[in-house]
Amino acid sequence: MSTLQLKQITKSFGETDVIKGVDLEVNDREFVVFVGPSGCGKSTLMRMIAGLENATSGDIVIDGQRVNEVGPADRGLAMVFQSYALYPHMTVEDNMGFSLRLAGVPKAERRQKVLEAARILQLEPLLDRKPKALSGGQRQRVAIGRAIVRNPSIFLFDEPLSNLDAALRVQMRIELARLHEELDATMIYVTHDQIEAMTMADKIVVLQGGVVEQVGSPMELYHHPRNRFVAGFIGSPKMNFLPVEATEAGAEGVSVRLPGGDVARVPVAGEGVSPGTALELGIRPEHLVLDDQGPLRGEIQVLERLGGQTSLYVAMGEQTVTIMADGDVAHRVRDEVRFGFEPGRAHLFAADGLALPSLEAHPLAGLKRQDNRLASDAGSE
Amino acid sequence: MNKTRASGRTVGGLRTLLLQAPAVSLLFLWMIVPLAMTVWFSLQRYNLLMPGMTGFAGLENYEYLFTDPALWSAIGTTLLLVGWVLAITVVGGTLLAVLFQQEFLGRGIARVLAISPFFVMPTVSALIWKNMMMHPANGVLAWLAESLGLPAVDWFSSLPLTSIVIIVGWQWLPFALLILLTAMQSLDDDQVEAARMDGAGPIAIFFFITLPHLKRAISVVIMIEMIFLLTIFAEIFVTTSGGPGLATTNLAYLIYIRALLDFDVGMASAGGVVAIVLANIVAVFLVRMVARNLDN
Repeated sequence: MSTLQLKQITKSFGETDVIKGVDLEVNDREFVVFVGPSGCGKSTLMRMIAGLENATSGDIVIDGQRVNEVGPADRGLAMVFQSYALYPHMTVEDNMGFSLRLAGVPKAERRQKVLEAARILQLEPLLDRKPKALSGGQRQRVAIGRAIVRNPSIFLFDEPLSNLDAALRVQMRIELARLHEELDATMIYVTHDQIEAMTMADKIVVLQGGVVEQVGSPMELYHHPRNRFVAGFIGSPKMNFLPVEATEAGAEGVSVRLPGGDVARVPVAGEGVSPGTALELGIRPEHLVLDDQGPLRGEIQVLERLGGQTSLYVAMGEQTVTIMADGDVAHRVRDEVRFGFEPGRAHLFAADGLALPSLEAHPLAGLKRQDNRLASDAGSE
Repeated sequence: MNKTRASGRTVGGLRTLLLQAPAVSLLFLWMIVPLAMTVWFSLQRYNLLMPGMTGFAGLENYEYLFTDPALWSAIGTTLLLVGWVLAITVVGGTLLAVLFQQEFLGRGIARVLAISPFFVMPTVSALIWKNMMMHPANGVLAWLAESLGLPAVDWFSSLPLTSIVIIVGWQWLPFALLILLTAMQSLDDDQVEAARMDGAGPIAIFFFITLPHLKRAISVVIMIEMIFLLTIFAEIFVTTSGGPGLATTNLAYLIYIRALLDFDVGMASAGGVVAIVLANIVAVFLVRMVARNLDN
């Protein structure tokens, strides 16, 4: 059992408030990812959980115990640093066994535990090497191994994959997910890479300016963002936002007048929306479809052909809209295109940035991470 | 095309040698002329007080030198002086570097103050220590001892070598501090934090993280200080003049005595050759050790 609760955590450096009251619940064996733009406080939050920084106020509770005054070594956590922070003058084995050595564990037992962790990470042939003689991916695995040896209740990862090249990152992502299954541990993971967040998390915590914007499963965040920031942050390319005007609000949804003059009805709850209210329509690039009868029109400014897909950057008056279309679209720059969308895919945001709640939940919003992969006993073969 | 390039390379090879030649020969002459002259003089009867006695002496100068107890005492003094000053500066420098790495009010000023002794001329600092610090009547240390009710120590007559070690150590401590402090600043914070997460306290961090990180810088400090400490002269000249007796006469000072007090150039040159040999023995060990450290 290993759970973590944050209760009204704040952190200030002098006059600057970095974390402004964060509440969070992490359940046993959960994989929680903190995402947010740089400077949002996600690393600071993790360092406070680790005990490397003190919280200015609020409680950090691990397994029901308040640990604010407990030192970093005694919280039963292990952290993997972005720079790996391996001890350069020690061999891989000594690096991994360092915490046990400090704890006074006898040599034979130490070696056995290190070997066990090395087996999980396929590090056995490297145990006598110094970190200098390892590749980036191997160093990364040693850093993870050093955490595993401590047998922590919670693993903390601070942007662990950001120093790896793209191919290795994909591989380590799968390996980390496998480790999570194999170790049955609670993991907290900080990243600014939303692919990592979407693929690995049970629960994503979106942070901005020291405030939690939304907590939820990856599909929940994608399909039902709580506000404009989350909508723009999750998903790539970024969601398009168009200014619209409400014409009618009813039980079936809210009707809005699009920039071209057409009216579309978006199935969201429209309490308090009166006709004439200025709203913002959010629609993801992958949900816009080229359609000669479509209600929206614009002129193509830039085409990005990726082979399988093409991104179209289309100017609609002042606005630029991104469309993800098929790889085979034959359009040229300066072509006039018409496009539309399925109303159920669109989101509406009020002036305060909050999303109008959807009338029906997306069928995949309740998916768990485990639903996307084979069970561990089958998967490890 | 290929041919021209191939022949061009040979010519180019010759040309690089030719281009290097002036610098290399200048450096070679710079080294070999004084060395050859020293060796030559060491084999001559050459005493300025006895202008009539000249000619080839063979190994006579060396025979006198090696049977002279002053030489062995001087070698011993040299090694003691080097060893103690190195011990003081490396240990003290490491501890001070750790101290000055901590955040505290006025750290910048404290660092400058701690480093400033290095900028004082050796003669001046020796005079300050002699007349203002260690003087048995006027010195600060004597005043301190007296205010504690202890008898004043006459440093240069009762603890002559210790006094020299203190003065030279005081001068060279800032150098060690400077190099080690710079090295400390390149220590990765993440490593210290990882060690904290692994359960290391301040002392374990010092021994397992900081000290191994400083190893390279420490070997550089040892090497550079050794070169200068083998030839300490001004501090001895100004304070004890090598005395009492031969208590503070190191090899450099002994050569000075032979050459410019006894005016025995031949004997002094023989002493110089011994100094070269000693320096080389030390250098071989040293260079090996440093090279091994820099490799890792």
